[in-house]
Amino acid sequence: MRPFWGDDYGIACCVSAMRLGKQMQFFGARVNLAKALLYAINGGRDEVSGDQVSPRTPAVTGDFLDYDDVMSKFDETMEWLARTYVHAMNCIHYMHDKYFYERLEMALHDRDILRTMAFGIAGLSVVADSLSAIKYGKLRVTRDETGLIVDYQNEGNKATPQFGNNDDRVDKIASDIVTSFMGKIRKHPTYRNAVHTQSVLTITSNVVYGKATGNTPDGRRKGEPFGPGANPMHGRDSHGWLASCLSVAKLPYKDSQDGISYTVSVAPQKAHMSESQLVEEATKAFDVFFDRGGFHMNLNVIDKETLEDAIKNPDKYPQLTIRVSGYAVNFVRLTPEQQRDVISRTFHGQI
Amino acid sequence: MATPQTLESGSRYDLRAGLSPDAPDESLFKDDKEGAFGYCHSYETSSRYDGPGLRVVLFVSGCLLRCTYCHNPDTWHLKDGTYVSAQQVLDRLSSFASATKALGGGLTISGGEAMVQLAFTKRIFAGAKKMGLHTAIETSGFLGDRADASFLSVVDLVLLDIKSSNPDTYRKVTGRDLAPTLRFAERLASIGKPTWVRFTLVPGWTDDPANVEGIAKFVAPMKNVEWVEVQPFHQMGAFKWEALKLEYKCADTPAASPELTKRVIEQFRAAGCRAR
Repeated sequence: MRPFWGDDYGIACCVSAMRLGKQMQFFGARVNLAKALLYAINGGRDEVSGDQVSPRTPAVTGDFLDYDDVMSKFDETMEWLARTYVHAMNCIHYMHDKYFYERLEMALHDRDILRTMAFGIAGLSVVADSLSAIKYGKLRVTRDETGLIVDYQNEGNKATPQFGNNDDRVDKIASDIVTSFMGKIRKHPTYRNAVHTQSVLTITSNVVYGKATGNTPDGRRKGEPFGPGANPMHGRDSHGWLASCLSVAKLPYKDSQDGISYTVSVAPQKAHMSESQLVEEATKAFDVFFDRGGFHMNLNVIDKETLEDAIKNPDKYPQLTIRVSGYAVNFVRLTPEQQRDVISRTFHGQI
Repeated sequence: MATPQTLESGSRYDLRAGLSPDAPDESLFKDDKEGAFGYCHSYETSSRYDGPGLRVVLFVSGCLLRCTYCHNPDTWHLKDGTYVSAQQVLDRLSSFASATKALGGGLTISGGEAMVQLAFTKRIFAGAKKMGLHTAIETSGFLGDRADASFLSVVDLVLLDIKSSNPDTYRKVTGRDLAPTLRFAERLASIGKPTWVRFTLVPGWTDDPANVEGIAKFVAPMKNVEWVEVQPFHQMGAFKWEALKLEYKCADTPAASPELTKRVIEQFRAAGCRAR
């Protein structure tokens, strides 16, 4: 962060670095990139409703997905999405300032401040794994009676690279998507000439957006949550924490200056180490991640069993707090879906 | 000769079967001097239980023991592993090397039995040493006679699994002789090779106090043994026995309880071992 924001910064919101008192942010939520990929495949039609949502473009023809073909279609869809997104944000913040200008907050800032407009993406690992499956596998599409592509069967190499295993073949796809979407966002002027930024952070939208998104080419089923933030998809980072964190550390902060959120859950270590040794080891783990370009890591040390028990007996755990994406939540207040999502995340036995 | 494949992307916990159908039988297998290719099950990048620090663990295929409680019976045969080049393994390892070093870890080769494919294992260890990594081998010691001085020169630590001190029990549990393992342990002691002795505690199979006592007395005088680690038996590998249609004699064996584990650790300590 220092090369971008200097020494005197703090973290605002979830994972947004800011020069304190000298900056403000037009907050901008996030887009569902996984759905955008499905729109690209289906020529702009929604894979769940069948409605034409984004402008009509040529849908995928033929029985198999071709990487270059899908990439060029996806690129076009992302152009549309970025334009729509920036325009929507401009409208929102223009109206917000007009009717609810935050005088009091702004009174605490310098006169000439830097404004950022913080865009964001959700479903990055789903998109990366999907594109990897298209590139390294052989995906046959299934169409419904209206010609809409609703599912995918991999008839080629099943072991396609998946984000979260320190495998450049797919990690590069993820990084390139971040850079490419940021580039498309930057093409469009913003309200009050705010600086465009972007986050890879979902808070709980990975669950909500996942629920509204159909089957994806990576094998994720309709309605299943996305991996949170910049996380690999649940359970696919199968070679341990180190491989997982090295993949996430590769995502380019220069094109995601509103933050890259990575949540890690580990079961408590029971054997061989004292508490102070554990803290020391956790510190080393943080150092390794940040030394390699990692930006943010939530470390939850908790038993899966404890969480399961908390779902059944919320009264016993009124204070149970876990970090989801950038912020701390009271576990027993999450919706049942969100609770299940937290539990289905990869639990690393050790870090 | 088989065509080398890509090192598998799945987890160490996944079942592997029949990935290299034309592989030789492990009991007849002699790898060439080069060890440029070998059969691997899987790898893991963050283990805290296979040597000091955070370990990258490579699980190679092929084992001559048939332990009744084995939790990875899909590592017994070379034919169940993926045929890969040592260079590919090293390329993969190099992408973790600096982080692994920073975390005080290293490379552990486990199995299967790492000494079935001795030249392959040695080549990977030698490559890991070049990267400045600490190296450890996890072995039953049954093939310890194969580990000559040049092999041991690229191994910093031996994790030696002594399953029993009683030849009859050892045979009952593993189907093989105990003597080669004890002989290997004594040789490691004589050359002062850092060693962690491991003992898998299986209720009803290895938990007899006399069995534990025998190992403890054998190991206690060995100055090279830095730790005795007691590994409580669990049932997490049961599904593999079922999937492979093997007769699983430990199907009804309970996991080793914390109380039992504590008793055995105390027994090792009482005999003068540094145990955990």
